[in-house]
Amino acid sequence: MDIDLSQFSQVFFEESIEGLAVMESELLKLDIAAPEPETINTIFRAAHSIKGGSATFGFTSVANFTHLLETLLDQIRDGQRQMTAEHVDLLLASVDLLRGMIDALMNKGDYDNDKAQQLQQRLSKLLAEDAKSPTKQVDALPPAEEQPNGWQIEFVAGVDILRCGNDPQLMFAELREKGELDVRLQASQLPPWHDFDPESCYLSWQLTLHANVSLDEVKEVFEWVEDECQIRYQPLFEAEPTTEAPIAEDTAVDKPLVKAPDLKSVPQNKGNESSSIRVSTEKIDMLINMVGELVITQAMLGQIGRQDEIGPESMLLLQQGLEQLASHTRDLQESVMQIRMLPISFAFNRFPRLVRDIGQQLNKKVELELKGEDTELDKTVLEKIVDPMVHLVRNSLDHGLESPETRRKFGKAETGTITLNAFHQGGNIVIEITDDGAGLNTAKILAKAREKGLVGADEELSDEAIHQLIFKPGFSTADAVSDLSGRGVGMDVVKRNIHELNGSIELSSQPGKGSRITIRLPLTLAILDGQLVRIGRHIYVVPLVSIYESLQVAPSRINRLGEGQELIRLRDEYLPVVKVHQVFNHDAEAREIKDGLVMVVDNSNEKVGLLVDELLAQQQVVIKSLEDNYTRIPGISGATILGDGTVALIIDVAGLVNLAGLRNGKEHAA
Amino acid sequence: MKKILAVDDSASMRQMVGFTLKTAGFDVTEATNGDEALKVAQSKNFDLVISDVNMPVMDGITLIRNLRNLPAYKFTPLLMLTTESGGDKKQEGRAAGATGWIVKPFNPEQLLATVRKVLG
Repeated sequence: MDIDLSQFSQVFFEESIEGLAVMESELLKLDIAAPEPETINTIFRAAHSIKGGSATFGFTSVANFTHLLETLLDQIRDGQRQMTAEHVDLLLASVDLLRGMIDALMNKGDYDNDKAQQLQQRLSKLLAEDAKSPTKQVDALPPAEEQPNGWQIEFVAGVDILRCGNDPQLMFAELREKGELDVRLQASQLPPWHDFDPESCYLSWQLTLHANVSLDEVKEVFEWVEDECQIRYQPLFEAEPTTEAPIAEDTAVDKPLVKAPDLKSVPQNKGNESSSIRVSTEKIDMLINMVGELVITQAMLGQIGRQDEIGPESMLLLQQGLEQLASHTRDLQESVMQIRMLPISFAFNRFPRLVRDIGQQLNKKVELELKGEDTELDKTVLEKIVDPMVHLVRNSLDHGLESPETRRKFGKAETGTITLNAFHQGGNIVIEITDDGAGLNTAKILAKAREKGLVGADEELSDEAIHQLIFKPGFSTADAVSDLSGRGVGMDVVKRNIHELNGSIELSSQPGKGSRITIRLPLTLAILDGQLVRIGRHIYVVPLVSIYESLQVAPSRINRLGEGQELIRLRDEYLPVVKVHQVFNHDAEAREIKDGLVMVVDNSNEKVGLLVDELLAQQQVVIKSLEDNYTRIPGISGATILGDGTVALIIDVAGLVNLAGLRNGKEHAA
Repeated sequence: MKKILAVDDSASMRQMVGFTLKTAGFDVTEATNGDEALKVAQSKNFDLVISDVNMPVMDGITLIRNLRNLPAYKFTPLLMLTTESGGDKKQEGRAAGATGWIVKPFNPEQLLATVRKVLG
């Protein structure tokens, strides 16, 4: 049979990557002084599976390397070797290397060969240090000088041979495939009738096999039972050659192994991470269930539709049917969305390692706490939030947490804590990154901002306003630009990334106590909570998360600057107003601010007013990409289709403000 | 059609074993650990069980011991998937009642040859 092993490669890669993640997280959890046997077992199993799979599917380099890992872990598991911190480091480095190797196999790339050699040597050396490391037993028999042309076999079956599912008949059948077999039964050991146990075997056989086969080949037939049966082999050198063709090559063992799939034959998979998604069968069952309900509703509506006349009774049924349809569609939409939902642990998982490594690098003692790992969010959002989170956690470690000495001086525990927490709130997911470090140094930030001209020399700011300064482009307080953070491309980029996901980021900090960063994200990128607004005959959607408030503005609070720019006074602030109809060149009813509604929206932490005619409903809208369906339009982030079938465009606030020529509200206000 | 229960926690190995046996005309049921396999084996009779050794929840040796104690599996061939370094495991498996083993890595042909060895 010809089975193409490469068809299993993708599954093997995926499960290996999962296995490596398990190894990594268990290694980080491990208490080196008193390792839990189950933890070690789990790590061993992961390495063992990767080894087994890679050897089976022909990825020799991975198999050779994991073999060393497996041996080491096996010794630790059996108590032959004491786990040390060095082992953990080595194993973690091996996890990284294997990840690289598997990635290289998936994407036909390269991995760090030097590193592989180096690690392989370290592992081999470690294993060789201990005499207890098992040497591979090879029961190699010296090759027979002369191939006999048959074997005389005396086979005394063990009494329990049948109880383990072995059947002498099948073994004889296997021998018969090799050549002519003569079987003679010897039943002399049969017990008296009253002692006879029908499940036991009391028989022995004299077998004569006429075939040019090696002893190994014959022994292999009895391999499983050789310990409990008495088997003696005698070579036959008969004068008259049995002219049977040597059938030996029929045995499976001599067949060449299936050709190892080399890199080229591995199905190409671009962007491996996003290409597939694992969905629990539960979620799929739910979908199937929903579709079943839809089919029933459809049948019911179909029946009404076939009636010639629709009476009051049918009308009632029709309405019921439509209600059902609406409810099922909603449920179905939810179920489909559920498929894209993954627990945030996929993102959190990488942090124990990151925190450990950076903590070591900075000589800071730190403990990472993860909460709400089961909180689910859309896969796309999940993928895009990881990098900003990495940056924020690095910042906390680098700038937030103090050194153990400093912490002791201030009466804090030497080990700092960073907490990642995720939970659902309304239609959003909230991710909090908290540290118990020094908090933001407001004086330093303000001084820096003054130096950079971001704040006027005599301008006084509240603490909160000072905290916001770190989100300004080009702002960095790091005294020395370190390898970890503080290149000045930090927080503004983080903030922009989060805004692109229609999310928001907030920071609160208490001197000496620590900081907390709160990220709010929509659960999915495919659906948006929108506010419908009307401008003339046109309906636009504004993302609800960016709206602060909407109000009518009395003429007394409208100020006009030069160049036609108008500002409104809202409490203590002056806000620039964008007349949306002018930007989009629409014929609107409200041409002046006093005639319409001003919607106060967030534009990168600045408030901006948008002048519209009327607020309509708030609703969830399904986002359709304009780039995919039409072309990119400045000021517009996407489109959606409304209930009546018309297309409404979704306003991109930042783009709209740019289009209106307002670079920065504050500049005008000042 | 002979019924085979294939037990392995590794999805790729399970798929490979399952696919090979199905292609050869066997009726294959898959399970991901010993506990799951034991439950399946109690609900339906199999002509052969092939099980990995290292698995979470319930390992292959425990599975074999449990199966062998069931009247329906008293004489059923029970094979385990071991590695070349698993000498002790083979003995342990035999003591638990395993019929024999298949040494990993193996290819589809080797798997089928071994299966035919016990199913005739």
